[in-house]
Amino acid sequence: MIEGARWKRWVFFYLPMAFFLLFLLFPFYWMVITAIRPDGELYRPWNSINYNPFWTTQPTWDHVRGLLEETLFATWMWNTMFIAMASTVISLVCGVFAGYALARLNFPFAGGLGTGIFITYLVPQTLLFIPLAEIIRNYSLGDTPWALILTYPTFLIPFCTWLMMGYFKAVPKELEECARIDGASRWQAMLYIIIPVAIPGILSAGIFAFTLSWNEFIYALVFLSSPDQKTVPVGVTSELIRGDVFFWGQLMAGALLGSIPVAIAYSFFVEHYVSGLTGSVKG
Amino acid sequence: MAQVVLKNVNKLYGPVQAVRDVNLSIYDKEFVVLVGPSGCGKTTTLRMIAGLEAISSGDIAIDGQVVNDLAPMDRDIAMVFQNYALYPHMSVFDNMAFGLKMRKFDRREIAKRVADAADVLGIGELLKRKPRQLSGGQRQRVALGRAIVRHPRVFLFDEPLSNLDAKLRVQMRVELKKLHQRLGTTAVYVTHDQVEAMTLGDRVVVMKDGEVQQEGEPLELYNRPANKFVAGFIGSPAMNFATVTMVDGSGGLAARNGGMEIAVTAGQAERLRGHVGRQLTLGIRPEDLRVADGVEPAGLTFSSRVEVIEQLGSEILLDVRVGDDTMVAAVDPAVRVRPDDTLRLAVNPQRLHFFDARTERAI
Repeated sequence: MIEGARWKRWVFFYLPMAFFLLFLLFPFYWMVITAIRPDGELYRPWNSINYNPFWTTQPTWDHVRGLLEETLFATWMWNTMFIAMASTVISLVCGVFAGYALARLNFPFAGGLGTGIFITYLVPQTLLFIPLAEIIRNYSLGDTPWALILTYPTFLIPFCTWLMMGYFKAVPKELEECARIDGASRWQAMLYIIIPVAIPGILSAGIFAFTLSWNEFIYALVFLSSPDQKTVPVGVTSELIRGDVFFWGQLMAGALLGSIPVAIAYSFFVEHYVSGLTGSVKG
Repeated sequence: MAQVVLKNVNKLYGPVQAVRDVNLSIYDKEFVVLVGPSGCGKTTTLRMIAGLEAISSGDIAIDGQVVNDLAPMDRDIAMVFQNYALYPHMSVFDNMAFGLKMRKFDRREIAKRVADAADVLGIGELLKRKPRQLSGGQRQRVALGRAIVRHPRVFLFDEPLSNLDAKLRVQMRVELKKLHQRLGTTAVYVTHDQVEAMTLGDRVVVMKDGEVQQEGEPLELYNRPANKFVAGFIGSPAMNFATVTMVDGSGGLAARNGGMEIAVTAGQAERLRGHVGRQLTLGIRPEDLRVADGVEPAGLTFSSRVEVIEQLGSEILLDVRVGDDTMVAAVDPAVRVRPDDTLRLAVNPQRLHFFDARTERAI
């Protein structure tokens, strides 16, 4: 807290804080308010007398109900959840082992390999989906969840590996050496000592991976076509924008409901998540 | 209970030789301290005994069995690390029990052994706590406890006290010594602190640049250092060195330079006669210097000018200038001096050390 006169606290703390809060929370407010306004208010021209975009006098659940009853939103939610979970688990398992190997096992070119893995993460998805589409077609995976579960790791594994590598490097080597003297094999030392110590790092890698796959758009748009296979981001935009008609109420209701799982994941793990990012290991 | 033998042990990191031809026999129940400045290869040697570093060449045997290719877990050793390396996610009990669990001891035996070790170290009330809830000294005890529950053949200590504050370090030093006397397990202890080495070791091994400089009982190293490095490293404050020329004068053999001329005893004269006319390094420990009281023979005193006075209570350390050299003298606390005073100092003629100026070996 800033010490000193009251005006200082206002100028240097409360006002900037209020600005950031407004800046960050306004999109959510906009989603909420649009999702619960009746169509009559939503499509009222801006120059009409009772035009008021920031408030509603007649809140309604119509859009949410419409979203759940008239569209396949529940299916999309389930698809997204399943795909995000599965690809996160695959990427975490690979990332943890690869990160451990790169950080701890002394083998030639370990450093170069680490950098190489990071560089693959930098290849833009908008380029990579073209050759991937070919592969998906060859293996007849198109329009199935596996098309995404197997392609998301192309960017999630490098990401998790890189994050875990940094984390494992911060774990004191002596912990593992001590475990090995205590009678643990390398495998046991990793399982009983290193991985439990690295849980904050694993959690933050997991949350990131989950969020990235939850929000992913391009692959989902290209590799899935049937409405009942789609994920939330693609489903909402492709089914609720018809031609040039935007179903704003349902779109925003979909965006709102779609962001809830990620918000829950973040707030639930936030403590671990923060300590994971700062790499703190208490000795 | 075991003896540890190192035979021609070498360690190379690429072109860098970290450890060179180390030969060392550590007897059963002995407490051996490896001491030296940082980068001298002492920790590498310890880690090779532990099996954490591969040996480039040579043999390490524990109880007659060559362990070169044995994994750390199969060597039946325990190691205490400088940063304690306590498992942060486990309670004190689990930290201590981990090694026993890995070795498939049954539960009752584990509980008994942990309780016994906790009792010995006075950490019985801490068993349920996590390492982060402990003070530095308590963590140190837990690390020790983790080592002793297994009843290993050899204890390895890697600078275990260097993270503690000065007072606690002295206290833990005494406790370590007691613990060793009680358990009688063979121990190899690495430190850069020569006081720790002298007080703890049954035998001390001084290392520098990967090579053993001298090994022996603490007092042997103090009284008869094998070379200038050992002489300067063991003892606090460090030994004074001055370059002198041996002259054969009217009063017999003497060591002379611009600031002093010191007569050599008959016993030393024999060894030094061959060096007449050559430059040597003379070593005098600060505690072997005192303020002259006027009755000493002329050949055993010299004049000096006081530069700095360090009052320690039990003694006074005087930084004095003798010709071109600076020396430290540990003198009686009753002596009253002031900076820039001229003072006559007397040496103990039995305790002069001479080193070859080129090879630095003791003569």
